[in-house]
Amino acid sequence: MTAKTQFPGTSGLTLEEPLMFEKSIKDRKGYSLPDDDLPELNNDSLLPAKYVRDEISGMPELSELDVVRHFTRLSTWNYSIDHGFYPLGSCTMKYNPKINEVTAGLCGFTHLHPLTPASAAQGALEIMYRLEKYLSEISGLSAVTLQPSAGAQGELTGMLMIKAFHQSRTDSNRNIVLIPDSAHGTNPASSVIAGLTTRTLASGPDGCLDIEALTPHLNGNLAALMMTNPNTLGIFEKKAVEITKLVHDCGGLVYMDGANLNALMGIVKPGDLGVDVLHINLHKTFATPHGGGGPGSGPVAVTKTLEPFLPAPSIKIDPKGFYYFDWHRPLSIGKVHNFWGNFGVMIKAYTYIRSLGAEGIRKVSEAAVLNANYMKERLKPYFHIAYDKLCKHECIFDDSFQHQHDVSTMDIAKRLMDYGFHPPTVYFPLIVKGALMIEPTESESKDTLDQFIDAMIAISEEAKTNPERVKDSPTLPKLKRLDETKAARQTVLKWIPKSTPNA
Amino acid sequence: MHYIPMTEEERRQMLKTVGATEISELFEDIPESYRLKQLLKLPEPMSEWDVLCHLKKLAEKNEPFDKTPCFLGGGSYRHCIPSVVPALIGRGEFVTAYTPYQPEISQGTLQALFEYQTMITQLTGMPIANASLYDGAMAVAEAVLMAQRVAKKPKFAISKALTPGYRTTIETYARHQNVILIDLPLNQDGSTDIAYLQSPDANDLAAVVIQSPNYFGVIEDIETIGLLKQNTGCLLITVINEMISLGILKPPGELRADIVCGDAQSLGLPVSYGGPYLGFFTVRESALRQMPGRVVGMTVDTEGRQGFVNTLSTREQHIRREKATSNICTNQALCAITAAAFMATLGKQGLRELALLNVKKAAYLKSKIASLDGFDIRFSGPTFNEFTVSVPGSVKKLNEYLLNNGVIGGIDASDQFPEYGNIMLVCATETNTREQLDQFVKLLAAYGRECF
Amino acid sequence: MSYPSDYKYSKDHEYVNVVDDTFGIVGITDHAQEQLGDVVFVELPEVGKKLEKGDVFGVVESVKAVVDCYMPVTGEIVAVNEELESQAELVNSDPHSNGWMIKIKIEDLSELDQLMDKAAYENYLQEQ
Repeated sequence: MTAKTQFPGTSGLTLEEPLMFEKSIKDRKGYSLPDDDLPELNNDSLLPAKYVRDEISGMPELSELDVVRHFTRLSTWNYSIDHGFYPLGSCTMKYNPKINEVTAGLCGFTHLHPLTPASAAQGALEIMYRLEKYLSEISGLSAVTLQPSAGAQGELTGMLMIKAFHQSRTDSNRNIVLIPDSAHGTNPASSVIAGLTTRTLASGPDGCLDIEALTPHLNGNLAALMMTNPNTLGIFEKKAVEITKLVHDCGGLVYMDGANLNALMGIVKPGDLGVDVLHINLHKTFATPHGGGGPGSGPVAVTKTLEPFLPAPSIKIDPKGFYYFDWHRPLSIGKVHNFWGNFGVMIKAYTYIRSLGAEGIRKVSEAAVLNANYMKERLKPYFHIAYDKLCKHECIFDDSFQHQHDVSTMDIAKRLMDYGFHPPTVYFPLIVKGALMIEPTESESKDTLDQFIDAMIAISEEAKTNPERVKDSPTLPKLKRLDETKAARQTVLKWIPKSTPNA
Repeated sequence: MHYIPMTEEERRQMLKTVGATEISELFEDIPESYRLKQLLKLPEPMSEWDVLCHLKKLAEKNEPFDKTPCFLGGGSYRHCIPSVVPALIGRGEFVTAYTPYQPEISQGTLQALFEYQTMITQLTGMPIANASLYDGAMAVAEAVLMAQRVAKKPKFAISKALTPGYRTTIETYARHQNVILIDLPLNQDGSTDIAYLQSPDANDLAAVVIQSPNYFGVIEDIETIGLLKQNTGCLLITVINEMISLGILKPPGELRADIVCGDAQSLGLPVSYGGPYLGFFTVRESALRQMPGRVVGMTVDTEGRQGFVNTLSTREQHIRREKATSNICTNQALCAITAAAFMATLGKQGLRELALLNVKKAAYLKSKIASLDGFDIRFSGPTFNEFTVSVPGSVKKLNEYLLNNGVIGGIDASDQFPEYGNIMLVCATETNTREQLDQFVKLLAAYGRECF
Repeated sequence: MSYPSDYKYSKDHEYVNVVDDTFGIVGITDHAQEQLGDVVFVELPEVGKKLEKGDVFGVVESVKAVVDCYMPVTGEIVAVNEELESQAELVNSDPHSNGWMIKIKIEDLSELDQLMDKAAYENYLQEQ
């Protein structure tokens, strides 16, 4: 690496830490339970002996400070948005405002039992009701469910509704879902659970939906087209309206994967484009954190026609301003969650929307798109771009310039860690060989983008002059490249005591 | 808008770099007639202080259980959460990381998930746990879909005492999967009647689904069911939604369960009006490749140092697409790490003590209610921290009375299960002081007197 | 790695090695294993099963990819390579011999004529 001051880098204070089980000491305690304030009860008569277990073998025994140090040390081995730039394409890793954590952590929410009578949960119901209205306004669709726990469950909910819609019209031959070859893997996986058969649509030469590929499928078997817009190349589907009309004309519906909604808020409403169903990722577009993989929240917005099929219950308000659950939904697809969804995540999204207001929301999309186009223009001379046109919230490069030096997308990604950045999404979308998918988001300043761009340029130079250095990266994180083959061949999915006494 | 750092000057420079003069030019690929001409209809923006006050006001409209004594359970359990748990898991390094796609810089999340998986196997007695699913309802639905793939048969016998929201979610997930659901009725004592498993009809069963403690709070005899299912050759799916019970109850993995799954919210997650919770999922080795969801495995780096990665990814949607074992992508990772920190803090002895304390609180309340005129314990089977009470008159009215007197009563299960009369599910945990339990009993007694 | 001259090859990159005139040993070619990368798991059919030409007989998984394996000719499964259960890497290290997958009783030997010989397969790879 050349100028160490220029980049965040990844060296620093890193302490070793074993698995917690290896720190356990018999009879050590780190907890304080409420007092047993009850009269003497005969413990033996409380439960039939045959139901009572032996001790929980292997469960650790630690002090409170042991636990604190353990998780604190582990946390230092993670890269996070709070650390630095995290340009994972299609993941919208924007800043997660701290106020959202504070509001979601208020005891009036965290200690509210989900089955509390409506009269004692008006604040929670109001948040959910209003959040539905805001998402409805942003999407241009008339009704919203907040129940799905993440995008994929939103997709399943949406596809089940589409299936239920066709069945309600005794149009049950409609079993085909068209999915572009650039789509997220969840799209086909969700469709199949909804009892639909998937057909892959080849993207056109411009990386967009291709009317020619679509036409043969426009018949009485078509249930829906699933599109992502902007698509996974970061390009707005310019024929979206025309294609939507063609699908509607033959009796099909249009599902939009809203993973990339961050490009469109306040600019265009998906509902206006003719979309029938849209899922929204609160953990992308609405600034709720990813938590190292979840929890997310995947609300679904639909047209008036599809509203009767939404999951039960729906949230209503009576003329006196009283919020309540309406369970009378005879056409509903049912439930996808035991309660109402990931409420804690909803509070964060609600707080975010209230903080931004309409103008703030539009500015988010504007800045996200400007940042992505700036990134694209600056990096274009150094990395091959598969589809060079105006992009929306993200831009996609590949490794074809570097390939001649035997440096791959994976090498570039790993080398970025040494410069102190999280790599972009790699090898997706599948239609771009060796894809590097960069989504800067609106949260990042020009300085940060420039730093990242400089790092990318430096790596492109290293690929020519010192390819081994790129291929041997990363060198600075706690660990070097991990052996995924070994992990899959000799699966070790839990800790096993090194020596088992009595065994 | 202080979340966007871009200054006017920077905007100008960046626009110049991309060859535009106005931001609107960057949206010219969207047909002009569809571009919004006016702002969205959303409330005015609020400052951080104002939005905090606004949310506080909304929070105050609720009656949380730390303010109002509460006896609700039913798949959401009120437990004390040690302060270290939210303090540690609230660290930005855990909260603001993405799915660990790049293991070299995600070892914190990965090791914590590996530890979570380990502790879930210790608690359930099962050999393999995944890194989480959404919630208990979805976990059980996934278990049914998985059992169908493994057993290649359509028929499922489902206990009537499965949490109703779980049952409905199974129906949603399995609606188009050629699955037949058969209800197993209840015995007098509130446990599931498993006579069906001995009938000839049971020969083509894919699996039997039993929850313990069940919706009515009764602990099921998993051991006997485990022996019976061996004769029919079906799989046993054991559902648990009160994980604290495994601090003291026999783990289903030792009782021949093939899949143990459910909700682990009890392990350090606040009740939070129903979510986010923690779907857990465990299987035996033979079914590993049919398991839904991510799983973390141990490996080494190029220098032989121990490390962790997401593994067996070929089961998942991003590789297998329509043939994946589930459509799940984002899961509940942070909730899983929360559970890991909770279990680490309580440890081997704490989990047992906590379980016992729950048993005692509920046993005390149960015996007091049993002695009241007009109230009965509906089922005689053994219970953990929740039990079913027959109440005089409608539960709805009783609950209104209780709420007017500053107590949130138990779940009204009479609409869902009219065949059992006016029943209320009452849950007492370590968060209910003796004073609260006595107050609750006093109110029930007073109400009982009013009724007669 | 060179392709054995007495094997037959399919367009899906399976090979058949005919033994005792009626049996075929089937696996995936060196080219196929190289495309896949490190093989971590092989799923094989039950012995006794009869499969048509073109049917899926197994699944090969690497860390980041999954491929179905197709019957090059119609036949009954008479044996599977149980070694692969614990040593899937044999498919990488020795695809044409110890990394074999299934042994079949070939129903119609004339179907073999529709497969490629070594030279034709090598040409086919060139064109790809």
